[in-house]
Amino acid sequence: MSAPLISLQGLSKSFQGNDAVKFVDLTVDKGEFYGILGPSGCGKTTLLKMIAGLEEPSAGRVIIDGLDMSPVPANRRPVNTVFQSYAIFPHMSLEDNISYGLKLKGIGSGELKKRVLDMLDVVDLKGLERRWPDQLSGGQLQRVALARALIMQPKVVLLDEPLAALDAKLRETMKYELVKIQKEIGITFIMVTHDQQEALSMMDKIAVMNEGRIQQVDQPNLLYEKPKNLFVANFIGSANCLMGRVAKVEKGRTHVMLADLNQEIIAFSCENFKVSDRVQVIIRPEKLTFQDIELPSNHEKTINRVSGKLLEIIYHGGVSTFRVGFKNKNLKPLIVSQLNDDQQTKDGYRIGSHVEVCWRLDAATLVPVI
Amino acid sequence: MQSVRNPDAGKVKLLLFGEFISAIKSSLRNPWLNISLLVTLLFLYTPIIVLIIFSFNDSRRNIVWKGFTLKYYKKMFSNEILLEAFLNSIVIALITTILSLVLGVLTAILLWRFQFPLKSLYQGMVMIPVIVPEICIGIAFLVFFNMIGWPSDLIWPLSLAKIIFAHSLFCFPFVAIVVRAKLVNLNWECEEAAKDLGANAWHVYRDIWLPHLKPSLIAGGLLAFTLSLDDFVITFFTSGPETITLPIKIYSMVRFSVTPEVNAASTVLIVVTILSVCTAIFLQKENLKKGSFE
Amino acid sequence: MLSDRFRAKNENSRKVFLVTFLPPTIWLILFLFAPVLIIVVYSFSQKVGLINIEVNWVMDNYWRAADPLYLKIFAKSFYIAGTTTFLCLVISFPVVLAITKIRQNWKLIILVLLMLPFWINLLIRTYALIAVLRTRGFLNSGFEWIAAHLGLRFEPVQFLYNDTAIIIGLVYIHLPFMILPIYAGLEGFDETLKQAAEDLGSSSMQVYRHIVFPLIRPSVFAGCMLVFIPALGSYLTPELLGGTDGQLIANVIERQFKHANDWPFGAALSMVLIYVTCGVIAVWLLVAKRKKS
Repeated sequence: MSAPLISLQGLSKSFQGNDAVKFVDLTVDKGEFYGILGPSGCGKTTLLKMIAGLEEPSAGRVIIDGLDMSPVPANRRPVNTVFQSYAIFPHMSLEDNISYGLKLKGIGSGELKKRVLDMLDVVDLKGLERRWPDQLSGGQLQRVALARALIMQPKVVLLDEPLAALDAKLRETMKYELVKIQKEIGITFIMVTHDQQEALSMMDKIAVMNEGRIQQVDQPNLLYEKPKNLFVANFIGSANCLMGRVAKVEKGRTHVMLADLNQEIIAFSCENFKVSDRVQVIIRPEKLTFQDIELPSNHEKTINRVSGKLLEIIYHGGVSTFRVGFKNKNLKPLIVSQLNDDQQTKDGYRIGSHVEVCWRLDAATLVPVI
Repeated sequence: MQSVRNPDAGKVKLLLFGEFISAIKSSLRNPWLNISLLVTLLFLYTPIIVLIIFSFNDSRRNIVWKGFTLKYYKKMFSNEILLEAFLNSIVIALITTILSLVLGVLTAILLWRFQFPLKSLYQGMVMIPVIVPEICIGIAFLVFFNMIGWPSDLIWPLSLAKIIFAHSLFCFPFVAIVVRAKLVNLNWECEEAAKDLGANAWHVYRDIWLPHLKPSLIAGGLLAFTLSLDDFVITFFTSGPETITLPIKIYSMVRFSVTPEVNAASTVLIVVTILSVCTAIFLQKENLKKGSFE
Repeated sequence: MLSDRFRAKNENSRKVFLVTFLPPTIWLILFLFAPVLIIVVYSFSQKVGLINIEVNWVMDNYWRAADPLYLKIFAKSFYIAGTTTFLCLVISFPVVLAITKIRQNWKLIILVLLMLPFWINLLIRTYALIAVLRTRGFLNSGFEWIAAHLGLRFEPVQFLYNDTAIIIGLVYIHLPFMILPIYAGLEGFDETLKQAAEDLGSSSMQVYRHIVFPLIRPSVFAGCMLVFIPALGSYLTPELLGGTDGQLIANVIERQFKHANDWPFGAALSMVLIYVTCGVIAVWLLVAKRKKS
């Protein structure tokens, strides 16, 4: 393993006594499309600005390519940013916007011209170099902002919610465009977003942030399949959550007593739980089913089953979601999500009827309650 | 904008004519409103237009048109006192504009950027020179300069200093208002973007702040210039007998009688004012053309 | 205590604060507070002999200002400023309504035409008005000309040098200050609100009474203040258009300084004028605030 391109060490920031970012440690490798995902106000933009040097950390260090960036001001860091509002200079033409940084560096006009044209090619804005910002669409402005950062050939490009201002359809296109450009030129991207769908589909690695702290850093699929806590589970996709206590631990299986349902379930778990630890059982809606999963030949228990009453069916087209309530009305109903491709889900379910909800032992994740 | 420069000018004229006709037609639909507008415009413009026209009238009696002449302008331009007054007015207005721009921009930045104790009180204080009746400011300056014993025999440009101080006091709040309104919609991220791309503090001022504020600086500067050029009351009290500005000179002429000379001097002042307004509008347009948008 | 919206480094922000704070503040202290303070001190002083002034903290000047003679002048100033404001308001409403109904490209021209007199020198505009209104002015010769053609005898009317002339002059000068704020208030008006009211059964008169007027009231108030305050303290217009008894308060103040040479009394009168002006503004702000909540 080579040294990471960027490492953040105990990075913190407080504004007038309010901690926006608390002791963040992160490492980003060269060539990665790295995501920082979190709800608004979780400190992710502040984190990004500290990497860019636009915000001074209260504590901790930013190390880029082995160099401590603390004494380096924003205008000398090998980092460029695509801002949330794009921050395209309104009084400069598109060409002048893109070449602004190079001009400050004192690059000669011949090379400048060539590099601008090359860059316009990369972001697909050829022929628009004479335009003014007010003649460009939102998507085009976004490309200008990207080109303006990329042309500096930085070690890292920081993107602050780059897709948030675009309409839904354009966002979808730009998503793939961004990934394509990043893979083509191989520059490391760090992108901040609040949209989990965006993060899962674009990024190589995601750091989930909440209230100024990093909750989990993982690849998108692991983040979804193995959330480390309830916040991550709820923030990425939707999740059912049952409270319980560990009743028994045996060779990778953990028995959990669900006190509210007065029932024991089993889950695979790699974490070491002790008997009577309080845990949350987290199950994704699409991992729940109403059908009995075929039992293998050995009689070892392979599914969990709870019973409840069907409260509501919501049709979404490809899938339907079902809400299943328990006798204990204080418990949150389970959300079950089913593909609408087989006959069985189409008919046979009536609101108010009694149903059995099943899931495989490996479908649930156990999360300790702190 | 482009269509005006269209080679097919006849078509454009025809189009404008059509516009005119339809404007008249639509005005017939609710006549009272439009008549009131027309009467108001007549009320506002008749005296001024009559004044300008009769500055070219070849008669001292000033009521009956006796033929076109420029003799009152010639007379005016050989009147040394009038020329001196005119020069004084222009110099005062220019220096006042510069001072007001500096003070106004600083005030605008202060009020926009910082939160400090008693800020709303401070804001109110800045507005006092605008609110308090001119006559009170005028006599306050009269008494003040009299009390501190400001020398009255200074050499020429320095002898205007009293008036310039007084003018910039009531002009700079206007600049501050105009500039602050523009500062409010400055995109922070543009400044950060410039820094991110390698700009130092000076580059940020030159490339981000100045272009953004330029329209408001032009508007504020114009306001200060015309307010200073216009001012009679405060100047009347502040200036000693040794300094004469154009409004003061015109006032002393008006007191005597209505004469074509006054008409000519007034016309020159009107033309200067309108020219400076047009220049400012032109500069703003130029700025717009270069793509700066609100 | 001091907080910077840029959240920049502290020492840097302090420097910027001082650079932006000190020059305007020093300017205000030197050229506004010091002179006004002297006026305040003078207003409590007494004239001794011809030119000397003794600071002895007496209220005499204020008692003298409360003399019916001066109270009458204050009342007259209020009356004339009030009438001016009212006339401007009455004229402005149909004018503004007419502008809003004009097509876009004509609208701009009309607005510029209404704005332009504002840039032209006050003195010149007043002088232009004199040339039109005086006994041998254009209005009278116009009447004369008509009368002569009708075979009637016409005695020139004295339009100038009375209170009506002052009011005409003040309206002439301050009209743009009323038209523009009301126009700004009405221009940004949401047309769908009117439509909603009509949809709910209001007549067009009721729409104006219940919907339009309450919503543009702040801009109407602003316009009234912009006319009333300068009209109250106006000096030049009454000086040139008013008669010998046509003095407003500002002219009386001027007399004390330039002719009667009674500076302490003039100082007291101008302090009263400042207090009255501030009082009017305070009432306006209070009313505006109460309307908001």
